[in-house]
Amino acid sequence: MTAALRLVAMLGAVALSVPAVAAEPPPNRQAELLALLHQDCGSCHGMTLRGGLGLPLTPERMDALSVESISETILSGRPGTAMPPWAPFMTADEARWLATQLQTGGNPP
Amino acid sequence: MKTLLLAVLAALSLSACVSVTATGDLGVVIERADGKVAVVNTTERTVLAEIDGLGDLSHASVVFSRDQRFAFVFGRDGGLTKVDLVTQRIAGRVLQSGNSIGGAISQDGRLVAVSNYEPGGVRVFDADSLEMVADIPTGSKVVGLVDAPGRRFVFSLFDAGEIWMADFSQGPSPRMTRYANVGKQPYDALITDDGRTYIAGLFGEDGFALLDLWHPERGVRRVLDGYGRGEQPLPVYKMPHLEWLTVSGGLAYLPAIGRHEVLVMDTATWRQVGAVPVLGQPVFIVAQPDKRRLWVNFAFPDNDKVQLIDVESRSVAATLTTGKGTLHLEFTPRGEEVWLSLRDEDAVSVWDVATLTPITRLNIAKPSGIFFTPRAYKTGM
Repeated sequence: MTAALRLVAMLGAVALSVPAVAAEPPPNRQAELLALLHQDCGSCHGMTLRGGLGLPLTPERMDALSVESISETILSGRPGTAMPPWAPFMTADEARWLATQLQTGGNPP
Repeated sequence: MKTLLLAVLAALSLSACVSVTATGDLGVVIERADGKVAVVNTTERTVLAEIDGLGDLSHASVVFSRDQRFAFVFGRDGGLTKVDLVTQRIAGRVLQSGNSIGGAISQDGRLVAVSNYEPGGVRVFDADSLEMVADIPTGSKVVGLVDAPGRRFVFSLFDAGEIWMADFSQGPSPRMTRYANVGKQPYDALITDDGRTYIAGLFGEDGFALLDLWHPERGVRRVLDGYGRGEQPLPVYKMPHLEWLTVSGGLAYLPAIGRHEVLVMDTATWRQVGAVPVLGQPVFIVAQPDKRRLWVNFAFPDNDKVQLIDVESRSVAATLTTGKGTLHLEFTPRGEEVWLSLRDEDAVSVWDVATLTPITRLNIAKPSGIFFTPRAYKTGM
């Protein structure tokens, strides 16, 4: 990676990490993401996110992790486990917003 | 004399208001978000009653008593609820673990077993009283629990990669047989309709683990090994469910995992003889009762469609757009109609199997599993 590219990447990371709140998805997209969380993530983690074949995604567990780490797991999955990558279905900002939702309880249905 | 007359009158007035409920065309539909089940009639295509108070049914399955009167509902929160389809009331309920996945009823109908994630293990209950008969801790999440002939239950350990058999033929203390190293991460299993062969699907590798229950001493062997041929698996957004189905010519069909294929296996040799490409990750593969076509639904993001595989040509004969969140399907007992649960449309859609057209829709909130009472007579259902 060239120095210039690295700088761009760093700036990108800074730009992305700072406005985690500012980059909140519009309300209709938020509703879609929460439906995805409870229905489709819920296939393994349970509709109430208390766990199933996948681990529980309770606020107590999610609070112990950083938003960046959670959103990276959402986007890229966890190789070697059953957790698939969700990057085809959401942006990095949306994954970060979902991570904050998980830390606050994910707005149960 | 006067007393006798009163008794006769009472009997007469009773018989005048007795309504008879036949259970052969009943079923239950899980309303996964509300902790309810809908009791349905497949002849009338109606919802007869909604029964509330079953706890967390976000993942749930059902088995029936051998008289088809009671539905045993296994909920996500460890709840085991016995629903009386005749009185349409809860006849019994126990919260038997923290997190469960499914269950089975013994061949004689007297034992109900539940497989649990937390704490990992199997608990077995008296089907009449729901009192616990046996507790079998495994230290691992349990999947693929089925009933086998001879008062046996067979199940798989997701974390440990083992298959266990619990034999209750000698009484309430089961005789246990354990098979270790059957493969990585068994995620579900099935038993063949003759009750002879138990097959667990592996998530952690391309293959299935097979146990011949006529010869349990021969141990577990691998079948369909390496069906992915080493290719990078595609992501799986929902685990498939395994149910047994065979078609003419002794072929069986099973979902691949991480590949958008339905695998075809020769049941004489247990070897793969083909694969049918489909549009997504298969979840359920269900045969029409005439076994001419197989209906396949899919994991997210393809869960609005169903594909039909023609058995003669072993190829996709039709692709139906059935509705958003098509989670499950169940055929009427002799197969003229099929009911499909459409989670995201809050409806169950009934289709004509001959013409492949929708007939009617029932308003049922967030439906998932559909279970009709003829399952009472099927091993492994």
